[in-house]
Amino acid sequence: MKKSVCLYFQVHQPTRLRLYRFFDIGKDSHYYDQFINRTILRRIVQNCYLPMNEILLQSIKECKGKFKVAFSISGSALEQFERFAPEVIDSFRDLAATGCVEFLSETYYHSLASLRSPAEFKLQVSKHKDLIKKLFGVEPVTFRNTELIYSDEIGSMVYDLGFNLMLTEGARHIMGWKSSNYMYSNDIQPKLKLLLRNYPLSDDIAFRFSNKDWSEWPLTVEKYADWLSQAEGDIVNLFMDYETFGEHQSADTGILDFMRYLPAEILKRSDLKFVTPAEAGKKLKPASTLSVPQPISWADEERDLSAWLGNELQQDAFNKLYGLTEKLSILNDGTLWADFGHLQESDHLYYMCTKFFSDGEIHRRFNPYDTPYEAFINYMNVLSDFIIRVNDALAEKQ
Amino acid sequence: MRVLMFGWEFPPHIAGGLGTACEGIVKGLAANGVETLFVMPSASGDEDQSATTIINASDVSVDVQSNTVDEFLDKVKFIHIDSDLIPYVGPEEFSNVLEEERRRQVKDFRIQYGQKYKFSGKYGSNLMEEVARYAMVGGTIALQNNDRFDVIHAHDWLTYLAGIAAKELTGKPLVVHVHATSYDRGDEKHMDTRVLDIEKRGMMAADKVITVSDLTRNIVINKYGIDPAKVVTVHNAVDFSGRENLMVERGVKDKVVTFLGRITFQKGPEYFIEAAAKVLKRTKNVRFVMAGSGDMMNRAIRQVARMGISDRFHFTGFLRGADVQKMFALSDVYIMPSVSEPFGISPLEAMRSNVPSIISHQSGAAEVLKYAFKVDFWDVDAMADDIYALLQYPALSEFAAKQGYEEVNALKWNNAAAKMKQVYESVV
Repeated sequence: MKKSVCLYFQVHQPTRLRLYRFFDIGKDSHYYDQFINRTILRRIVQNCYLPMNEILLQSIKECKGKFKVAFSISGSALEQFERFAPEVIDSFRDLAATGCVEFLSETYYHSLASLRSPAEFKLQVSKHKDLIKKLFGVEPVTFRNTELIYSDEIGSMVYDLGFNLMLTEGARHIMGWKSSNYMYSNDIQPKLKLLLRNYPLSDDIAFRFSNKDWSEWPLTVEKYADWLSQAEGDIVNLFMDYETFGEHQSADTGILDFMRYLPAEILKRSDLKFVTPAEAGKKLKPASTLSVPQPISWADEERDLSAWLGNELQQDAFNKLYGLTEKLSILNDGTLWADFGHLQESDHLYYMCTKFFSDGEIHRRFNPYDTPYEAFINYMNVLSDFIIRVNDALAEKQ
Repeated sequence: MRVLMFGWEFPPHIAGGLGTACEGIVKGLAANGVETLFVMPSASGDEDQSATTIINASDVSVDVQSNTVDEFLDKVKFIHIDSDLIPYVGPEEFSNVLEEERRRQVKDFRIQYGQKYKFSGKYGSNLMEEVARYAMVGGTIALQNNDRFDVIHAHDWLTYLAGIAAKELTGKPLVVHVHATSYDRGDEKHMDTRVLDIEKRGMMAADKVITVSDLTRNIVINKYGIDPAKVVTVHNAVDFSGRENLMVERGVKDKVVTFLGRITFQKGPEYFIEAAAKVLKRTKNVRFVMAGSGDMMNRAIRQVARMGISDRFHFTGFLRGADVQKMFALSDVYIMPSVSEPFGISPLEAMRSNVPSIISHQSGAAEVLKYAFKVDFWDVDAMADDIYALLQYPALSEFAAKQGYEEVNALKWNNAAAKMKQVYESVV
């Protein structure tokens, strides 16, 4: 049997907040810095989304349908595309039309709702599903949670939403001696299959590709395809941020050319083929169940939740935010729902992370704030205004 | 009566409260018929000179006519800043160290001789060097203006060496004015011994010491060992002329309790947070604001988050100018829980804005403000009680606001300056 190569790219952009001062609370309910959001998005569109979509489209054509990829695009990112760069939606539509591209399901707002509110989680998954259907004409059948966050409990909740397959991290501390290159299943609900990210091979592209101190630099498509051939198991899951190509690592590192020639190089090998996650879900049988009592993610060295909920600032902000869930559902007001959703984007909590030592670099690179404290103050000011609006609306209703 | 006054800053360009106090003092002295020559390290030229004549030390070259370098140095005893640490050595070697030090001072002086020194007048990393240079230039200024003053008045340790130099070179009496001491800036283990040494030298050399409160007077007597007979308290005042209270539209409907100042250990921010958490257990319609920045800010933010009150406790960062007035205008209660505060002008500003204030007994302002609520800084229960009462009982807060407003308006620099004039008269 040929070994499968499963490529999935994450596309997400946060809705960054403007500088929101104490004096604004109760007076001004415009929370977002749309100038910054537009500027950053336009830059990434030019560096990554448009050129990469074109490269992938060409590869699919050249490989006559044998090259396949999957995308998960957050609702927040799609909103920004519709507003600031509609041509990106068109180019994803072109990819969708080839039939070789799968679109995954996730929470609309790239949120951590799965950790706190099953009801909110369900709402966001269905909101995202509707948008994907509307934009690309396909119904997602595979689920991937924000930042690949997963636990036995979350998996079972995802199954109850009608999914049979979910993506997560092949974190060392849960895998033990097991290999990520097989299909697994949820410990509580064995009908939910799991595809696990092969983090060494994924990070070779996502993090190490441009690192000249790396002993394997420069990474060529031949070398990389050899590594895939040599990998044991049924499937190699390469999951990474789409912005890896052209944004996190700029075009002059050769990363776009690498991606241009990789599909053909892989297909040259008689023992390798591409699959989408959904195809893998149909074909592969679970090798075993996987027990994940505590949530894992693909972030940082720890592969846990500490990037979002590791300190008391993040925990208090998170608690205050989700303390509103019930009120929001009583109100059922579209504008408030939308702000509630944007405030749930996990990025806001990520900016408050104080783990500066091991992964500080990557945290800082994507952080609009100078310090986690500034991020916290600004977020809490916005949230305080939002809480006032929610309570006012509630008082009016009663 | 004519005074040669050494200050460090003067409005409009100020970093702390010292410049504002100095402006109030020279205006008050002018009203009492006292002329002042106000020396500062770096003047910008846009200072208000209606009540004083400003001498910019950066414009004055070190230029001593009659004295030899040795004599000047003997009198000024200005310290060379790189030499504050001398390892333990025998008497013979120590004398060598001293001689070498002296040679270096002479060399240094010759380099400086006839030169102007461009002071930053700020509180930067070369502060000690500026303080020493200020002494040299200050001595020169005193000699050049010898016939224009009767007494020397130096504000805080930054200017004490200049005051000492002026006294040594002219023989005129010196009054030092203690606005703050090292004991207010940190605990004894972490004090800068160089600053402590200069403070002590200034107070010892002075003919009279003015302190801004009895609290500070006690520190000067007990910690610096100064003779009580020569230490006089003259409480600060505040100049509200030309100030209209702002009307600001409120965004939040809740009551607002405000702390405004540097977020440092001495200001007691953690006691405010603890009291806030206690109040929030009893009433929800209140928000707390910590306005300012400082080395304890991040710790304060964590404390707030840990107590789970960050939706009701806000941080504004450092506020300047109009935003300070705006903050007062938005406040219902002002709080200053200082652990050690020589005086503390901010509650006066709050009360002037009709905001009832709670201050700690450990502040000099507590000695003059009858209508401020007073608690011990560590007594967070009492603090919470007072906050709660001021929020819940309009009769109380209206009374405190009205009486407080009148009380602070009666605190005039003219009265304080009249007391200073008496101090001058006692030494001339």
